[in-house]
Amino acid sequence: MSTLWRVADVVSSIPETETARTIGLRVNGLNGNLAGQHIDIRLTADDGYTAVRSYSVSRADMEETLEITVDELANGEVSPYLVRELAVGDQLEIRGPVGGWFVWKPTDTNPVQLIAGGSGIVPLMSMIRAHHASENPAQFRLLYSLKSPEAGFYREELQTLGQESRKLTIDYVYTRKAPEGWPNTPQRLTAETLLANILPTDAVPDIFICGQTVFVETVAEWLVQAGYPAASIKTERFGGTGGTR
Amino acid sequence: MGIISSGFHGRRQTGNPALPPGQYETASFPVLTAGPAPRIPTDEWEFFISTESGQRHAWSWDTFMALPQMDIHTDIHCVTSWSKLGTTWRGVSLDTLFEDVETNCRFTMAHSYGGYTTNVPLPDLLGGRAWVAWEFDGEPLERAHGGPARLLVPHLYFWKSAKWINGIELTQDDVPGFWESNGYHIHGDPWREERYS
Ligand SMILES: Cc1cc2nc3c(=O)[nH]c(=O)nc-3n(C[C@H](O)[C@H](O)[C@H](O)COP(=O)(O)OP(=O)(O)OC[C@H]3O[C@@H](n4cnc5c(N)ncnc54)[C@H](O)[C@@H]3O)c2cc1C
Repeated sequence: MSTLWRVADVVSSIPETETARTIGLRVNGLNGNLAGQHIDIRLTADDGYTAVRSYSVSRADMEETLEITVDELANGEVSPYLVRELAVGDQLEIRGPVGGWFVWKPTDTNPVQLIAGGSGIVPLMSMIRAHHASENPAQFRLLYSLKSPEAGFYREELQTLGQESRKLTIDYVYTRKAPEGWPNTPQRLTAETLLANILPTDAVPDIFICGQTVFVETVAEWLVQAGYPAASIKTERFGGTGGTR
Repeated sequence: MGIISSGFHGRRQTGNPALPPGQYETASFPVLTAGPAPRIPTDEWEFFISTESGQRHAWSWDTFMALPQMDIHTDIHCVTSWSKLGTTWRGVSLDTLFEDVETNCRFTMAHSYGGYTTNVPLPDLLGGRAWVAWEFDGEPLERAHGGPARLLVPHLYFWKSAKWINGIELTQDDVPGFWESNGYHIHGDPWREERYS
């Protein structure tokens, strides 16, 4: 059952950015997961003290292994340990994968607009990978809002997918530092920039927004004001207070 | 004891008896909702209780505000592991709202503007344990946190405290609501860690 704590072996650990790491976890009897779900991770200190945090799963295409990508929050309790200390061969405990709402299934037929703020890309990447691996012809469009090009997760894979896939379009917005030769100056995400870079209302997309709480709140609010039906918008908030910068 | 991570030290807060198992204390007030926040002007707002016999009790904002109001001091516990201790609310006790309601039902479904639902057994709503709250920390409840009014059932995980509350339907059976149909526990007691189904 998904509600029990299970032991996971760390089978890979790869730096994603200067502050983030993608961690592979093998769990006996896992039996797959849906794109968009998350797990809970429990760490236990040597005196029995425990801390639990949620992390989205970044791919749904492996049977007994999960991948998560953790961004280090300076002064955080759990994330610095996962990013800096945890090594291949270590073990930890997980619960899940859980969640039946913020998920995309290969049988869903509507066009899909994904909107990621920073590490909010993680569950959306799982959807992009599941969609790419399926025969599902639905149009996918990703808007990825980033502080700087270096802060992007899954950079090469997204670049390749963006070039090769006819059913995926990727747009980037840079809020502090843009790549060289980029046409726009970096600035706070605005409703105008957002609306110029997503599927229009008449495409009637299913919309998934993920990132820090204020980013998600702000974007969802703009979309509703622009006429996207509230019922078509699904959100996942990672916490924190970070905004649209 | 679980798997020990020798390099992990953590910030001990578990000595605090106010924290249910697996919870940590936060000073902020995180927002968690399945979708965008609906906008309900108080002059269009209504709160209802409907029973198995088809009876419907309803309050407008004005008649609701004319009911006895209570200050509530309580801790709140979110299933995503944060707890906020010592919060202050103002609202109407469900004991007051249920005063003239005749029913044999043992369960309820809370309905929110925007379509959200959550199921709560009737005994969990009565006995001074649940309110319809419209003020938080001395200020009108913000829309992001469920304003103009939300259900407040602080002894259960906070998803049971339905934001943008519209009404309560009495039901014969315990029917899963929104999160309860999406992998979360049918009851949601934080002291028993009833997180997932
Ligand atoms: C469903 C879900 C999925 C998640 N998926 C991911 C994921 O894929 N990758 C990932 O890196 N994180 C993810 N998170 C966030 C993660 O659970 C932790 O909150 C985060 O790693 C910080 O934990 P910490 O112990 O390091 O910091 P804490 O010690 O918990 O926090 C330290 C301080 O930072 C604030 N804070 C807490 N969370 C954040 C945040 N996300 N951003 C900024 N400030 C914050 C706290 O309020 C506190 O003041 C997810 C959260 C949820 C609820």
